[in-house]
Amino acid sequence: MTLMTMVQALNSALKLELKFDKKVIILGEDVGKDGGVFRVTDNLWKEFGDNRVIDTPLSEAAIVGTAIGLAINGFKPVAEIQFDGFIYPGFDQLICHAARFRNRTRGRMTCPLVLRAPYSAGIRALEHHSESMEAIYAHTPGLKVVIPATPYDAKGLLAASIQDPDPVIFLEPKRVYRAIKEEVPDSRYTIPLGKANIIQSGENVTLISWGSMLHVAKQAAQQVADSCSVEVIDLRTIKPMDTETILASVKKTGRCVIVQEAPMSGGLASEIIARINEKALSSLQAPVIRVTGFDTVVPLGKLEDFYLPNSQRVVDAIVKVMSF
Amino acid sequence: MPQSVIELQKTIQKFQIEYLQILDEHGSCDEKLKPKELTSPVIKKLYRLMVLSRMFDEKMLSLQRQGRLFTFAQSKGQEAADIGSTWPLEKDDWMVPYFRNWPSYITRGYPLHMLLQYNAGDERGMQLPKGTNCFPVCIPVATQVPHAVGFAWAAKLKKEKTAVLCYLGDGATSEGACHEGMNFAGVFKVPVVFVCENNQWAISVPRSKQTASETIAQKAIAYGIEGIQVDGNDLFAMVRATKEALAKARKGIPTLIEAFTYRLGDHTTSDDAKKYRSDAELEHWKKRDPITRIRLYMEKKKLWDKQQEGKMYADIQKEIEEAVALFESQPKPDPNDIFDYMYAKPLPEYEEQRTQVHK
Repeated sequence: MTLMTMVQALNSALKLELKFDKKVIILGEDVGKDGGVFRVTDNLWKEFGDNRVIDTPLSEAAIVGTAIGLAINGFKPVAEIQFDGFIYPGFDQLICHAARFRNRTRGRMTCPLVLRAPYSAGIRALEHHSESMEAIYAHTPGLKVVIPATPYDAKGLLAASIQDPDPVIFLEPKRVYRAIKEEVPDSRYTIPLGKANIIQSGENVTLISWGSMLHVAKQAAQQVADSCSVEVIDLRTIKPMDTETILASVKKTGRCVIVQEAPMSGGLASEIIARINEKALSSLQAPVIRVTGFDTVVPLGKLEDFYLPNSQRVVDAIVKVMSF
Repeated sequence: MPQSVIELQKTIQKFQIEYLQILDEHGSCDEKLKPKELTSPVIKKLYRLMVLSRMFDEKMLSLQRQGRLFTFAQSKGQEAADIGSTWPLEKDDWMVPYFRNWPSYITRGYPLHMLLQYNAGDERGMQLPKGTNCFPVCIPVATQVPHAVGFAWAAKLKKEKTAVLCYLGDGATSEGACHEGMNFAGVFKVPVVFVCENNQWAISVPRSKQTASETIAQKAIAYGIEGIQVDGNDLFAMVRATKEALAKARKGIPTLIEAFTYRLGDHTTSDDAKKYRSDAELEHWKKRDPITRIRLYMEKKKLWDKQQEGKMYADIQKEIEEAVALFESQPKPDPNDIFDYMYAKPLPEYEEQRTQVHK
């Protein structure tokens, strides 16, 4: 065990997967000598060389597109997109191809690739560096979407994503990159995709979140701890979604609040509510409430904190569902 | 006195693009340039592949008009560009098509009935038979270019001798994916050959409106790869250019071959090219038909006569009819197939969604 940040935990996962499986290669902008702009791939180039840790031209469509070709021809590419907001030139490849080759060829060709990108806001970054677009990926059939919230989860989920036979979008909440440290095993381990984590069990309200919002949710749960027993769930994987764990919890508590950093309309929180309504309506004692980002662009640094859901907004939502 | 700007300028790069034609539209051949692999039996074999492709294309059109196939893109007129470049591939090499490369599929031994199946809206037709080493049809223009580059890159990293042939159209060269893919090919020196089938039209937009470049081949220069313009209706020239390019590709030098050809059919079965191009233009190109010139050549060389031609046509007719019969005898696809190939392990949601599909 070593005390690690999420960046260090991700680096450890990549290093072990590169070591264990010769088919794993890393490609992206500045991932080599520089170790990535957030240092997630630090020192990997030194250890594994030019053919395993590859600096590419500035070229998102080709990073994703060649990763597809590499994956079809036997490699397990872990491609890094430098920031979530720069992923769009690669969308065509991701949505039209990575997600479809298995189906298009009725299983003859598959794309076991991982696309990593720093995700979401909270570090006073430039425009286009703070996006939370997980709903788009989750809406795309053929993709899996993983969003870790802690260093321990980040390592195990990244290893599982690399070992997965399908394309995985791995979104790393950059606000958490260095914000927390926890004990992380030095050895190789995986956390299964598609399984949520009950962080804290409770009786009165189910509080669901993912990525950096988990920490906001935990803080809110603590703030109301005296008056309300909150069950905190970290989704960990957005797709496939662990609906079973969500429903079991809501059936127990009868109340639910969902915290999502992304804009409200058409987001994952809405999808979760629909699932609860379809399968657990009779257990509900109050409408499910969303605490989300606004239907706006993420503001630049000065106004960023006004955009991001905070624990007070979550507390308000908990109080509201408890009032029914 | 300072030197004038003009005096300070110096030329740091000059380039020229070669144009290759070996067999002209009258069947006259520059024997010195004809590849030695093109022996008489090989020419006859390739001629048969071209006629098979043409007749198959016409059969597909007629089946489509009868409602037995859905929309597809005809390859008529591009047989030499396709077959002349696919034939030189080794067995372990790979062919990455766009959406008009039926002759290339046929050259790789892809079963005709599966091509019919695919064009009848059945994904099983693209369940690539092992050993044909073809990629599936790629619909979004130019997006196949990075796949070919990545696949070739993997072969290089595995130290295999495999090369990859990637097709694209003239319209594709305006797309970002084409630029990004070719740029990667140059930077990582991967074993790939790009064949841009410049058929003069991207649906209704002529080649002159796709790019201000005088040739498409010269775009190669900027990527640090080789570029050549070839008479794409000349089978011999396509074979020669591709063989040379494949040899270079295996040494890590990619090539962009611009196959100067013409789409004799509409863009797809849903298009009507009369709306945007003249009969005179079409007639001009019909005289340059890639199939006619091979026949003229073989007749001149006394390799071919009416009797052989008649027998070949009858054989091909039979082959196509058998393929159509096999295609039509296939069992209907299972609706569960909708779900079964999305992921290695089905999404939990599929269990319920499957029950809805049967209602």
